[in-house]
Amino acid sequence: MKLELSVNGRVHHAEVSPWRRLLDVLREDLALTGTKEGCGEGECGACTVLLDGEPVNSCLVTASQCQGRELLTVEGLAAERDGQELLHAVQRQLVACGGAQCGICTPGIAVCAKYVVDRGALAGVSDDAARAQVRELLAGNICRCTGYQLIVEAVVAAAREVAPDAPTAPTGGGPR
Amino acid sequence: MTEYLRPRTLAEALAARAAHPDWLPIAGGTDVLVSAPHRPAPKGLLDLWRLPELGGITEEGGGLRVGAGVTWLEVQRDARVRARASILVDAAREIGALQIQARGTVGGNLATSSPVGDSLPVLLALEAELELASTRGVRRLPYPQFCTGYRKTALAPDELITAIVLPPLAPGAHLRWRKVGTRRAQSISKVMGAAAIYVDAGVVRRATVAFGAVADRPVRLAAVEAAVAGLPCADASAAARAAVASSISPITDVRSQRDYRLLVAENLVARFFAGLDASA
Amino acid sequence: MADPSPAPRIGASLPRVDGVAKVTGRARYLDDLPAPGAWYGATVRSTVAHGVLEAIELGDGVDWTQVAVVTAEDIAAHGGHNLIHLIEDDQPALVAIGATVRHVDEAIALVAAPTRELALAAARAVRPRIRPLPPVFTVEDALAAEVRLHGEDNVFKAFLIRKGHADDAALEAALASAHQVIEGRYYTSPQEQMYIEPQAMMASWQDGRCHVVGSMQCPYYVHKAMKALLGCADDGVVITQSVTGGGFGGKEEYPSMLAAHVALLARKAGRAVKIVYDREEDIAATTKRHPAWIHHRLGVDADGELVAIDVDVIMDGGAYLTLSPVVLSRGVLHAAGPYRCPVVRIRGRVVATNHPPHGAFRGFGAPQTTFAYERQLQKLALARGEDPLALRKRLALRSGDTTATGQELTFSVGTDEVLAAIERVAGPSPEPRGTSPHGAPLRRGRGVCFYFHGAGFTGSGEQRLAGRAQVAVIAGDDAHPARFEVRSSSTDIGQGAITMFTQIAAASLEVPASAVQVIEPTTSAVPDSGPTVASRTCMVVGGVVERACRALRARLLAWAEAQPAWKGQPLVEIAAAMARAERGELAETVQYDPPPGIRWDDATYTGSAYPVFGWAACLVDVAVDLDSYEVTVLRCVQAIDVGKAINPVIVRGQIEGGTLQALGWALLENVLYKDGKVANATMTNCIVPTFADAPELETILVEVPYPYGPSGAKGVGEIPMDGPAAAVANAVEDALGCSFDALPISPEAVAGALGERTRSQP
Repeated sequence: MKLELSVNGRVHHAEVSPWRRLLDVLREDLALTGTKEGCGEGECGACTVLLDGEPVNSCLVTASQCQGRELLTVEGLAAERDGQELLHAVQRQLVACGGAQCGICTPGIAVCAKYVVDRGALAGVSDDAARAQVRELLAGNICRCTGYQLIVEAVVAAAREVAPDAPTAPTGGGPR
Repeated sequence: MTEYLRPRTLAEALAARAAHPDWLPIAGGTDVLVSAPHRPAPKGLLDLWRLPELGGITEEGGGLRVGAGVTWLEVQRDARVRARASILVDAAREIGALQIQARGTVGGNLATSSPVGDSLPVLLALEAELELASTRGVRRLPYPQFCTGYRKTALAPDELITAIVLPPLAPGAHLRWRKVGTRRAQSISKVMGAAAIYVDAGVVRRATVAFGAVADRPVRLAAVEAAVAGLPCADASAAARAAVASSISPITDVRSQRDYRLLVAENLVARFFAGLDASA
Repeated sequence: MADPSPAPRIGASLPRVDGVAKVTGRARYLDDLPAPGAWYGATVRSTVAHGVLEAIELGDGVDWTQVAVVTAEDIAAHGGHNLIHLIEDDQPALVAIGATVRHVDEAIALVAAPTRELALAAARAVRPRIRPLPPVFTVEDALAAEVRLHGEDNVFKAFLIRKGHADDAALEAALASAHQVIEGRYYTSPQEQMYIEPQAMMASWQDGRCHVVGSMQCPYYVHKAMKALLGCADDGVVITQSVTGGGFGGKEEYPSMLAAHVALLARKAGRAVKIVYDREEDIAATTKRHPAWIHHRLGVDADGELVAIDVDVIMDGGAYLTLSPVVLSRGVLHAAGPYRCPVVRIRGRVVATNHPPHGAFRGFGAPQTTFAYERQLQKLALARGEDPLALRKRLALRSGDTTATGQELTFSVGTDEVLAAIERVAGPSPEPRGTSPHGAPLRRGRGVCFYFHGAGFTGSGEQRLAGRAQVAVIAGDDAHPARFEVRSSSTDIGQGAITMFTQIAAASLEVPASAVQVIEPTTSAVPDSGPTVASRTCMVVGGVVERACRALRARLLAWAEAQPAWKGQPLVEIAAAMARAERGELAETVQYDPPPGIRWDDATYTGSAYPVFGWAACLVDVAVDLDSYEVTVLRCVQAIDVGKAINPVIVRGQIEGGTLQALGWALLENVLYKDGKVANATMTNCIVPTFADAPELETILVEVPYPYGPSGAKGVGEIPMDGPAAAVANAVEDALGCSFDALPISPEAVAGALGERTRSQP
């Protein structure tokens, strides 16, 4: 089928089987290889993208299901200003805090963390509570390199940067 | 080549279902797309994601009607579900992780009806009814009649699951839920159970207890329910524990062992009925 | 205009050089590389654990004219050798017809096709016919040798270490004279590396030369293996490492197999071919940590001093020898632990079975034996009623003491520092009893352990390897500023090698980090620095880079001294000027120079087993839920002596990553075999810890400098993996009062142990 996909604010066209996974269409047809495949089972989260603003495993969505919906991949996290790339706070903090090692899980973690941080899910709570929330909310993203500690610190630091005092929006998943 | 249809209305969806019973109904896709490249491509996809009639949580006859297309994230966010069926929220929070909860739906968990489907013991304990629709009409079934065996359901080839209906909670209800999985999150259950325990004047009037991962399908523990009915709260825990073994038939597989599953099921059941006095 | 920023300091955390590429998704792993026209490869594997391959049949339903098929015959037809060269050349690239299949999921044939779908369909349609032979799945059956898989006795390799006694009778006499003997039997489980990027490789042939690019730790291992396979000269094959999504040992030896497969397919197909394993294939077919069975006896005198240690280690090596002898070697060399003892016997055997080969995994044998000796020390503390940390303090090796191999420790012994660090932060033990949010009773406990890890290659390995690295001046042009290029075959597999090399080079050249570029390891452009293993990249290769930079700087400054125009200018501008003035490349190549006093005897297994050791102590608090029997790690503190943390953030990342792999191994990771096949070959069932499983990790960097490491640094990659499993077991024992001597300490194991105790105490 002919597909019109809106990815990172740009419309792409592709001719695909309706059974093909979004992950494959992103990587192979649209050459957006930042989204990674770690398992194909929805376990590792390396393929996380935002679909209509919510984090999903792109290995568990068909591209056909995404027609007419908004997709955001890791390639769309950074903004551009005056021709300069402006990293999202979670990207900046992942680099600064040492939250990326081999980097293969990093795109999925950055996308999921962006969702958590931009919703203000960590605002107005103590650092201890914020770290615990990050551990719950990012549990669908497996990293084998870091032991998670420096990622947790990076996401909390990014949240403080983005929304120091914003009210908490419900995200689900986190401890109450 | 796989066909694809995204119906705009339920009527259109039911017509397509009737016309193409061999097409795969898909909503969030979190079950049917696992390892998709190794699965044979289906004849067609009937895409039910965000079909309006399958969405929404509404009040109905003092209870709640939850659309089959409602995601586990939406369940968690709904204040009415939190207030009246807290254990459904508890279960929703332990289904996969955020990415699965954002995509996985109430109807999907029912349609797959895996013995480890995390919401299913809760729906059993809450005595939920499924609403099934086809071009022939609408029917309602309680879950024990819907799930007929290992991943087998009574869903007719032309039917779709449209909603679950949670009856109003009787007074004095104590709701219990616990999942014991392979790890803390993003895990498959080794044992999980739910209970609704109705207490009046220090006596267990009635209880519904359901477990998953302990039989070929999610099951009500009838012997436990019978054992506790009418008992003083203080005696219920021991009686409930003693009745577990005859109600379930767990197996040993790559995730756990039979003896462990049995022991933990007994512990959880005993815990569900412990301290009812104190928390009354 | 040269970058005016100052040179980075050693000990300051330069942000990861490849960080931005990784957080933006621009970093290209093998499957991300453009590969126009490349075909997809797939592997036909055995479903039988042991048997004779009688035929390979091509089934119906596939248009075989569209598919390239490779079998063992294709190798010899081109003058090659059907083997994966490593320690012994016992493993074929593909099982030949008439030859023996030795494990389930062993490669039998290869296919390639223009699409992945067709390649997978073709692989399914190839049917090997195998006549089954009786398989061997246990070490007992292997040692009984009724079915012979290797030599007369199925023993791939055996070691014997003796210290302070002449023969077995003397050892037994020493144990018999002991006031008390602690005896234990321990089991440690196989473990999957679970790097998140599965194995992936691509090959193409140009002008008779084979080019292989892919995910790997050791380009020159692959290079040597490919030369043997193809029967070609050094320049007949070029190996390039692509950005690699984790290794942990799992991409040490296996990439040679995958490189062989894509190279053979690419030659047959006449075009580039890539193979990217899916997760199930990766778990099923590639190497795991060796499971180990350890019998440990430890004798003490009336004062509690150690008088004799006897350890017997058996490992299951799997179907081929691969790296098993060196894994076992490291295991036995650590088996007596970092404790003073006059009489030590250590025996080790690794045996052949029909399991897929076990191989390299972070720690490389040491985590297995560390688990055993630190459980033994715990039992000794309990038996004596002595504080576990005080006991370790009393018995630990210090400067001037000798190890089991007779190595005298004369420098960089961090015993007191790491033990003091743990003592300082320990605080009170957790409350022994509590209640979970579910209302379940909780039992809490604390465990500690003390351990060491030899950094770098074992014995004379580094001398034999003679690793080299090069630093060159690139003069630059209008578009590209002048820079220093670091060339080594050490790969960045996530551990931060690129950043660490950049920092060492910039600091020792005294130039800004932006003036240094660490190039992609490709065997045609970098010298052989040795493999990226054994915690040696920073300590050994980093040291070589440091020396090359210092030599280059001295040369540049000496040149500038004679050039009035350049004297006092920034070094990078001097370098550019000198490079333009001189003919040929301006570069310094340095070879590893072992520290003085290293003597090792391979025949008797005595002497300096390692140039230096890292030292570590770990504290773990746990809670056990008595309804579910789940163990939760409440707290985990590691104090690790790393010599010098060149880049503390990267070092923390290494320690914390290794620590969580160890906690996972202790509690929930496992590889289950059924009839020789991995029964849990999915990420759903072969589980590793998630964010929610990981405790807050506390890391204390201790720096007792190694005089021969760059700025005092010594190895850090593996050590954090060794200790935490024992600390967890010790903590669970403290919580429950029963002993846990087998991994993993799963809820099922806890339930079983508690049930046994209930039954034995009616």
